Order: sequence, then C-alpha cells, then structure tokens
Amino acid sequence: MNAPLTPSAFEPRGKRPPPFRWPAVRLWSVRQAALLERVYYALEPVFVALGPVMARIGFGRLERPVAALESAIKGALFDCRMCGKCVLTATGMSCPMNCPKNLRNGPCGGVRGDGNCEVYPAMPCVWVQAYEGSRRMARGEHIRDVQPAVDHRLKATSSWLRVVRERTEART
Amino acid sequence: MNFEPHPHDIGADPGAPLVDLPGHSSRGRLERVLRRGEFAITAELNPPDSAHAEDVYERAKIFEGWVDAINATDGSGAHCHMSSVAICALLTRVGYSPVMQISCRDYNRIAIQGNVLGAAALEVCNILCLTGDGVQCGDHPEAKPVFDLDSTSLLAIVKRMRDEGTFQSGRKITTTPRIFLGAAENPFAPPYDFRPLRLAKKVAAGAQFCQTQYCFDLARLKAFMAVARDIGVAEKCFILVGVGPLASAKTARWMRANVAGVHIPDEVIKRLEGAKNQKAEGKTICVEMIQALREVKGVAGVHVMAYRQEQYVSEIVHESGVLSGRRPWRRDFVPKMQAVEHLS
Repeated sequence: MNAPLTPSAFEPRGKRPPPFRWPAVRLWSVRQAALLERVYYALEPVFVALGPVMARIGFGRLERPVAALESAIKGALFDCRMCGKCVLTATGMSCPMNCPKNLRNGPCGGVRGDGNCEVYPAMPCVWVQAYEGSRRMARGEHIRDVQPAVDHRLKATSSWLRVVRERTEART
Repeated sequence: MNFEPHPHDIGADPGAPLVDLPGHSSRGRLERVLRRGEFAITAELNPPDSAHAEDVYERAKIFEGWVDAINATDGSGAHCHMSSVAICALLTRVGYSPVMQISCRDYNRIAIQGNVLGAAALEVCNILCLTGDGVQCGDHPEAKPVFDLDSTSLLAIVKRMRDEGTFQSGRKITTTPRIFLGAAENPFAPPYDFRPLRLAKKVAAGAQFCQTQYCFDLARLKAFMAVARDIGVAEKCFILVGVGPLASAKTARWMRANVAGVHIPDEVIKRLEGAKNQKAEGKTICVEMIQALREVKGVAGVHVMAYRQEQYVSEIVHESGVLSGRRPWRRDFVPKMQAVEHLS
C-alpha cells in the first residue's frame, strides 16, 4: 500500500467543534441515515466498477482531486474529519471523529443525562446520534462491529479511493 | 465458617506468583475468585500525590482481608497522581492483587503496549482498559488529549499481545503478558439501549470482566442486566457493579453536577436529606445496594468506590454480609505447615 505520507500529528480540519447554532447539517444527515445509506450502497459498486479505469490513470494521481471532492461533500454533510478510514455506514452516518475523544466503538461513560457531550456540553453526543441513525438504517447492525484502532497514516487521504483500490487489487 | 483464604489464593510467600490453574488467563486472585463463582469485591485506591511508597501501602492496608483486588486509578478525573503502573508494582511486591487501569487519554499505543509488558513483568495480573475522562475536567485542562486508541481497540490490542504473542504491529513478543482483561461500562448514561451492545463489543474485543460506574439506580441496572443476559454477555463476562457511600446530600448533588457519568436519582438525595446522620445513611444506602445487587442474576460482584471514605469499605463489606464468611487474602495470613509444604 503506497498511501501518500501525511504527517499524522496534523489535524486536517481542526478540532474545534462548530458553534452549534442549530440546526446543524450533520444532525440532518443522521435523520436521513436511511437515505444516505441507500445512496452510498448504490454508488459504491459504480465506483468499484470504475476501478480498472482509475488504476490506468493511476490512483496516486487521483488521490488529491478525489480527496478534495470527498472532503467537500462529506465535510458539508457530516463535518467529516478525513480520517481516511470511513466507518459512517457502521456509525449511523454520525462521524465518530467528531467525538472529542475520537471514539470509534461507542460512547464513553461521560455522556450527559440529556444526551450531550461530556467535553462540549452544548454538543449532542456523536454516539447518541450514531445509535439513533443506525436504527434507521437497513444494515444498522454494523454498529456492533468492533472497529480496530485507526491508522493515523491515512489521515487526509481519500477513503473512497482506498476502498476502490483495495477492491480492484483484490480482483487482480 | 471458614476464615482462611482459599488455598488457590495463597502463594509460597506473599510476594510470590501463584500456581497456574488450567483455563485461567492470569495467575491473579481476582480471576480465581470469579471463576470459582464467588461474589467478588474490588475497591478503588485513591492514589497519593506523593513519591513515597509508604503512602501507597497505607492506603492499601485498610482494604486488606476485605477485597479481592484493588484498583489503582490512572489519572482519574484527569487529575495528576502517582501512576497506576507504579502503584500496582508496589502492591504486587507485598502480595496484593491490583487492577491496573490504562486510560487512552494519556498514552498512545506505543506507550501502552510497553506498559502492559512492564506491568506483567511486575506480576500485575489484571488490567482495566478505559477511555478516560476528558482533560477539561482535570487540573491540567491545557494538556493535549491523546486518544490514539479507544477502550475497545485497546482491549483488542492487549488480547492479541496475550493470546497471539504479537504487538499491534505484528512484531513478536518473546514472553506473553498473562493478563485478566477488564472493561468499564456505564449503564446509567445515554444511549441506554446501546450500553449492553457496547459491552458486547468490548467482550468481543477481549474483555473478561467489567466494572461499572456508580449504581444508585437499581431499576436501570436491572434493565441493563436483563439485556446483557439476553444477548449472552453476562455469561461471557464477569460484571462487577460499581457502588459507593455518599457522604452527604450536598456531596451527592455536587457529584451529580460535576463528575462525568454519575447518575444519582432524586429519591436517593431526598433520603439523605431526610436522615439525621447523612454520612451513616449514605453508608446504609450503599450496604443495601450491595445486598440488592447480590440478588441480581448475572452480577458477579461489586466494585466499591469510596472516594475519601476508604476507611469505611471494610465496614460496608462486613455489614452487607455478601462475603458469607469467606475471607479474601490478607498479608498477615500465615499458612499452616502442611499448606506450605504442599506449595513448595
């Protein structure tokens, strides 16, 4: 795997939470989790089918433009942090990297009684949202999958392109 | 009544490791007690803000003969104290059975895996994998929170070190750490329906025992346990429920407002307010809670967190009667001659 070397201490989109003058788009996305899930699973095979074409152009050459596109779309919809290892379909369309503790397997024990974050009292807990989103999704049970520790070398790289590349390489 | 510690819990001398038992992943007393099906008691040691070993021993001594393991907290509430690994190393020297806590807030995976090997080499047998409170609630809110791992991925990494003998990188470990792995759960924080599933994830990742946040709401705990039993988590994982005495209604109010993840129902606070002696009432509530938990199916023990009231732990355990005559290991216990011969 020749992912471009990105300095992993670099925080691509900053860690400051949005000001939370509701309604925030990412809460809308969680409410539309079922729709977004269908869109994702519809588009995934299309991208994967384009894998050989992308391979001919060169995944390395595509990395920057695709990452920019992915960051723009997912940034708007999910406040995506570009961790490079997207698990939105397993987290109810609520990006776990927005959790101030970066928890990828579930909420911490500090969630407030009103369902808000321990660290940012005005922010709804990312994982309370994730559980609600997952219950709206057809394959919501993926929230029970254990997510391994994130590979910080993948930060700021395109998760979409990585999936396509892995599938393409697996077929050849 | 049997006032001697179980023979399996006695080493040739206090600091020596215990004999291996089949089917056990550690040589620690906590795992033995739990696997024997006994109601286990663990307690939390308030770590000293000092560099003196005697301060640790003093704080551990009051639990002696009443608890099966002592948790050494790791920067709890994001406050600086003596480190968990150091406290555990001091405790194992004299034969105590500590639970080392690792908080993902303070270390990355390189530091954590090194600490696991070091702790195992120092005869630490139990590790509790935690996410950790955020730095904002501690005495160093300006610190950089690490959170390289979360508690579940940490469990998976330590399990792999123990069972497959490799670091996360895949590099070989020559002697694997013999560790009984623990996780924490808070059944009293939202999203309530997800809590048992989250524990199931931790069990899938490697958790063998679980210590919960303070339980003051028995109904909620029972609901959590019902699901935990249904999905088969309670039988794969020993669940120790967190309990503790409240010093007064004022403390309870303060804890509820300021300590992350602590849920205290209004009835409990009202009961404390109505009591003549609030401190004694707080103890009574704790004793009653332990007795009630003893009857909940799937609860394997209790974890007593008596912050700044550690001196009452022995009384609370005694009054609850849950040891039913059993006596956990203690330092001053001298095995009979035959037993010593049997062990050496």
